[in-house]
Amino acid sequence: MNWSSAFKGVTAPLLIDNIDTDQIIPSRKMKTVSKIGLNKSLFANWRYNYIKGKKAGSNHDFILNKKEFLNSSILLSGKNFGCGSSREHAVWALKDFGIKIVIAESFGRIFKNNCARNQLLTIELTRIQIELINELIKKDVKNNIIEIHLEKKLIVVPNHKNFEFDIDPFLMEMLLKGQDFIEYSLGKEKIIDKFLKNDKNKRSWAYL
Amino acid sequence: MPLTLFEKIWKSHRVIKGESQPDLIYIDRIFLHERTGSFALKSLKERSLSVKNPKHVFATIDHIIDTFPGRGDETLMPGGKIFITTMRNLAKEFNITLFDINDPRHGISHLISAEQGIALPGNIVTCPDSHTCTLGALGAIGWGVGSSDCEHALATSTLSSEKPKQMKVSFRGKLNEGVNSKDMMLHLIEKYSASGGSGYAIEFGGDTIDAMPLENRFTLCNMAVEFSAFTGIIAPDQKVFDYLKDRPYSPSKKWSENTEYWASLASDDDAIFDKHIEINSSDIYPSITWGLSPEESIPINGVIPKVNEMKNPDNKKDMESTLQYMGLKGGQSLLNLPIDAAFIGSCTNARLDDLRSAARILKDNKVASNVLAICTPGSADVKQKAELEGIDQIFKDAGFQWREPGCSLCFYAGGEGFLPKQRVITSTNRNFRGRQGRGVRSHLASPITVAASAVAGKIISPQKLTKQ
Ligand code: SF4
Repeated sequence: MNWSSAFKGVTAPLLIDNIDTDQIIPSRKMKTVSKIGLNKSLFANWRYNYIKGKKAGSNHDFILNKKEFLNSSILLSGKNFGCGSSREHAVWALKDFGIKIVIAESFGRIFKNNCARNQLLTIELTRIQIELINELIKKDVKNNIIEIHLEKKLIVVPNHKNFEFDIDPFLMEMLLKGQDFIEYSLGKEKIIDKFLKNDKNKRSWAYL
Repeated sequence: MPLTLFEKIWKSHRVIKGESQPDLIYIDRIFLHERTGSFALKSLKERSLSVKNPKHVFATIDHIIDTFPGRGDETLMPGGKIFITTMRNLAKEFNITLFDINDPRHGISHLISAEQGIALPGNIVTCPDSHTCTLGALGAIGWGVGSSDCEHALATSTLSSEKPKQMKVSFRGKLNEGVNSKDMMLHLIEKYSASGGSGYAIEFGGDTIDAMPLENRFTLCNMAVEFSAFTGIIAPDQKVFDYLKDRPYSPSKKWSENTEYWASLASDDDAIFDKHIEINSSDIYPSITWGLSPEESIPINGVIPKVNEMKNPDNKKDMESTLQYMGLKGGQSLLNLPIDAAFIGSCTNARLDDLRSAARILKDNKVASNVLAICTPGSADVKQKAELEGIDQIFKDAGFQWREPGCSLCFYAGGEGFLPKQRVITSTNRNFRGRQGRGVRSHLASPITVAASAVAGKIISPQKLTKQ
């Protein structure tokens, strides 16, 4: 993902509070020790109908099944999005579907970190801003394309309004560089080892 | 500068103090389980990275194993066996201590890391599991992460993060009859919302906590994640030190020196918290959830809020769909609502004290004939101790299934689960849509409320049964 130029995409509003990671991907859908191919399991309980435990076609009322939203790459949600279980599958499933950005009022901490580690951008806006974007989308579903300018920290709803957002500068740098967090910290190994030597003397009880 | 308990531990673990970047924090112990730990190790292997200090890494198999007596690697969860064998093989390959199925030290990770003395006061322990915060009861920072961060911890013995804000939640006074720490958390989350702790590390304190047995403090810290907190923590006291003495991985040398140091970690009197919440413990009643988030709870004698009382139109829609899923109506009482099943288990409420308190209710009582009742002790140690006290017999005589330790019916992974529209009263921590099976209606409550309701065959207040 190249974050240095503006990203344009279709936004799917899912304005429910406390959408937990069990909803984003149900536990029973995590069937293998693999990160790929999770798209079809995204929001499985909402996206499909089930009869006696068997999948029975798509639930046409669910936003991501609606024609205008099939290609969504931005998700708009409420408070505490991604709360609950730490499963990173939630992020892998969103990415596999094609979601690049989640805008919400707030996020579950572990989910938000998991997003950062997987180059998925999370943006926090106020309830009022989120509702406004929602209205603008609903008003003109055919032209539902919004732009995200990461470096300018700007969301542009064309012909309507711009919204500024805040992002941790370090995180922004990591996204822009496409830098892997583990590699970054492995680069600090000397400092870590120096800390360990000192700490072993100070807190010997903590070492096995 | 005065510091909080959390800040003292954080500071002593700071490898790099972040200026333009987050802090880099040393991690004392890493605990893995087969559901997510297997991913982290597999991915580490694929990247040809090694585990920096395998001696400090432990693993268990708790999430998707069957809990039926005589269980092995075969599990009802489709594809489940592969998680189990992957975890086992990779633990061996990376030289990590594994508490395997049917090992006497086996159990749910958050229980056994305490039982084995792996998590200690002043430690930072991470696990790719959101309920790692449970360990805060020992005065440790329990830090739940996803698979990528777990890999980060395995490869570097560190995690990177901004220091969270500090919140103090004080409970003061005596608890009412039939109220325990589960009710306290449901009360707190209902009052301040499921995202009320977002961005904060929470220190629980106050005389209610001081007087509380250590076992119940685990329940309190366990639910900190349902409040969206970074973690929950309680200042370690003599109860903690007594608990940890002579545990297999506790330090054996210089015990008094260690306990002195651990005691010194308590928040300074003038430490600054960004937020304070004060709760009068006598305001708390046995609580139960009616909805699909832990914040949707009421005192058991109360009524569900009415839909038209919700201000926000979007919430209104949510609530309607929630009530429909739960088969309930706004304004309704939950008392006397028939239940189909009762479950006592999970990292929240399956410790010895939980089982003892439920057994007091079950003794000389029988589970209602239409109720499926299951108890899964949280660990092999809990199970063995309970059996020594004859608690298993009380459960069995009452009509409860007595299972092997594991996460069991706390969550549905495609194997064993309750059935659609079944109403379940459960001592677990999440009442999310489908959490215990597709379409299942879960009501979170304390183990004694679960036990009392199992006997009654309907939701009742535990106070009613204890007073009989
Ligand atoms: S008991 Fe439930 S909440 Fe606890 S670790 Fe297991 S699945 Fe997670």
